[in-house]
Amino acid sequence: MPAAHDRPASAAVRPAAVTARGWGWRHAGRSRPAVRALDLDIRPGERVLLLGPSGAGKSTLLHALAGVLGDVNDDGEAGDSDESGSLLIDGASPRERRGRAGLMQQDPETQVVLSRVGDDVAFGAENLAVPRDEIWTRVHEALDDVGLAHLPLDHPTSALSGGQKQRLALAGILAMRPGLILLDEPTANLDPIGVLEVRDAVGRCLDKTGATLVVVEHRVSVWKDLVDRIVVLQPGSAADPAVLLDGPPDQVLAEARAMLIAAGVWVPGFVPATRNRTSSGTGDLLLAAEDLAVSRERPRRRRFKTVPPVPVQQDISAQVRAGQALTVTGPNGAGKSTFALTLAGLLAPVEGNVSATVDLSRGAGIDPCKWKAEQLIARIGTVFQEPEHQFVTGNVLDELMFGPRHVGHGEERVDELLERLRLTELVDANPYTLSGGEKRRLSVATVLAAHPQVLVLDEPTFGQDANTWAELASFLSELLDAGTAVVSVTHDAEFSAVLGGAELRLGTTEAVAP
Amino acid sequence: MRQELTLAGNRALLTRANPLSKFAAVVFMTVVLALSIDWVSASVALVCELLLFPLAGLTLTLLWQRGWPLILAAAVGGWSTSILAPDSGKTLLDVGIWSMSEGSLELGLGFMLRGLAIALPAVLLMSCTDPTDLADALAQKARLSHRFVLGTLAAMRLVGLMAEEWQTIGMARRARGVGSRGNPLQRLKATLGQSFGLLVQAIRRASRLAVTMEARGFGGGDRTWARESTYSRLDVWVLAGGALMAAAAVAAAMWAGTWSFVGG
Repeated sequence: MPAAHDRPASAAVRPAAVTARGWGWRHAGRSRPAVRALDLDIRPGERVLLLGPSGAGKSTLLHALAGVLGDVNDDGEAGDSDESGSLLIDGASPRERRGRAGLMQQDPETQVVLSRVGDDVAFGAENLAVPRDEIWTRVHEALDDVGLAHLPLDHPTSALSGGQKQRLALAGILAMRPGLILLDEPTANLDPIGVLEVRDAVGRCLDKTGATLVVVEHRVSVWKDLVDRIVVLQPGSAADPAVLLDGPPDQVLAEARAMLIAAGVWVPGFVPATRNRTSSGTGDLLLAAEDLAVSRERPRRRRFKTVPPVPVQQDISAQVRAGQALTVTGPNGAGKSTFALTLAGLLAPVEGNVSATVDLSRGAGIDPCKWKAEQLIARIGTVFQEPEHQFVTGNVLDELMFGPRHVGHGEERVDELLERLRLTELVDANPYTLSGGEKRRLSVATVLAAHPQVLVLDEPTFGQDANTWAELASFLSELLDAGTAVVSVTHDAEFSAVLGGAELRLGTTEAVAP
Repeated sequence: MRQELTLAGNRALLTRANPLSKFAAVVFMTVVLALSIDWVSASVALVCELLLFPLAGLTLTLLWQRGWPLILAAAVGGWSTSILAPDSGKTLLDVGIWSMSEGSLELGLGFMLRGLAIALPAVLLMSCTDPTDLADALAQKARLSHRFVLGTLAAMRLVGLMAEEWQTIGMARRARGVGSRGNPLQRLKATLGQSFGLLVQAIRRASRLAVTMEARGFGGGDRTWARESTYSRLDVWVLAGGALMAAAAVAAAMWAGTWSFVGG
């Protein structure tokens, strides 16, 4: 298959080969190795999708190939890490092959280094001591390849969308002319349009340069047609080999379908089974937004008068009813999250108003934004997109008890939530050390522990594996049947189909850049 | 806030000068003004600086937005000096222990003008200098370690993100029931908790950014520079201008007979 791709001879890029022989790695301060006894050969120009359950060491392998695995781990702790066997790029250690591999990670914010587009793309080439004239030739070419050539070189990187930031990072990698491109869940934080932008840009660049690709991503359908080969890793144990399955995409997906589904991988054509809604709710009105204009900015005081901020979205009217779901959709920048935060009493409206009915306010007043924090959480619960933003204690149990203690009741509900969201085993763990799926389940549980009548969720399914997705969707459908109102901001059509209810579509007030 | 700290759209003449020559010119002025506490040298310098505003693309409104803490500090300093300094000459105001005389007013005025004249060049420098260009000049011309300079530059970009993160964490914590209202002690506790949350996020972001930079080959030995930091004829003018303004301030004070060495 690799030979079948039409690859014009680009003199500058020589695709890299990867060889692992009995390679293993233990992070500093951990007792169990992240990867054990890996044997793997990747030929120059091959395109490999790495799959496997979390804990199989996929990211560790990518970091090692990028030459950035060292004595400092993700938490910044220094210590003794442990390497065994050999892992080579073109027959040499990745650390000695600086610039042969380029790595893109998940969080778009940290993939940008400098504040102007042109400078950021040039950064890698500068570090490789490429002559100045050659750098700018490469910068223009790379920006063209990723579809950002319409931006001026001094365009501020902070003004880019998530998908554009990831494409910019790809351009920065391409300007290094690497023989090996490593992508570590490059689209996990992006909306569907951003996902396709990045995927297509990667495809175009590979067709042009012929570089070797290794991508880690659990949404298989996005990458299936772009890769030649799928390698499935499994968590290291002394008896089992590190590579569980290896072969052409269709063959691996057929052979390992059941196993991949069990591991939470998004296998093409498979939608996880979820619980069906059994009731349509009482429909009692709880919360209403009227002619709302929203913004994250606060009003400013200028020359003795108060200037309201420019709203990101206006004239929004919506109703939240008991036992019914409301899905907020729309393109990036349409103010979906800002609207949800305003509805949830966390931001003050710029214009219009949010009002709680007597059924919800129970004597706390009509405007949720004016409620005290402990009044708010017993009425409206908000789950943020990034679970870590909401952690306030040092272990899972305290985290769950925090809400009930502040409200003054509901501690008995905590056990049920722990059980229901499979967190019982983790009660003593530090919330920051949990896996992505566990953090998501915990963040939902902590907010529900205060027993709110309205639950607001911001992109709850972003970057989640299929198992967490199905659990979350089923759990929310149960809550809805029990009479809770659920408002979710999401791009995930299958998720909103499970919850049912109304859709509020917000448009953009200005054109979105391509 | 963030827009006010960037130079977006500033095409003024001084943006094209090398950051190091602008820095040297600022040093000339500051050193001279630090030598004397008279009001003549300070006002001459201040007038010169105000005349430079258009060249740096600065307006009085922008100056107030960026430099109001400095301006306020200078005014407060001047006021307190004029009422607390030993009296001499005619008494102008006398309220209990506070008194203001011609002598102390002159001293206070000098103090305020001097404070402003020392602070303004820094605001001028910041408003016509791009941080990236400053980093280029420091590494290429001043020969500072490129690891240090570029590391600081990349970290500064994260500081801008932290302002947004602070707001988000504040809302996320309110959604968990952490109130930011109540008595001062409760507020302090809430602020400390929020700061800790921000610190954790900042460290995580920083370590991921460090991986990104290392993966792009940062930290190796030799590197080239896509943007060459150069000196031009404009820089000669900037240096000469700085020296001239400093000299004019001293000469005017000498001529007026107000020059007085600090401690001399």
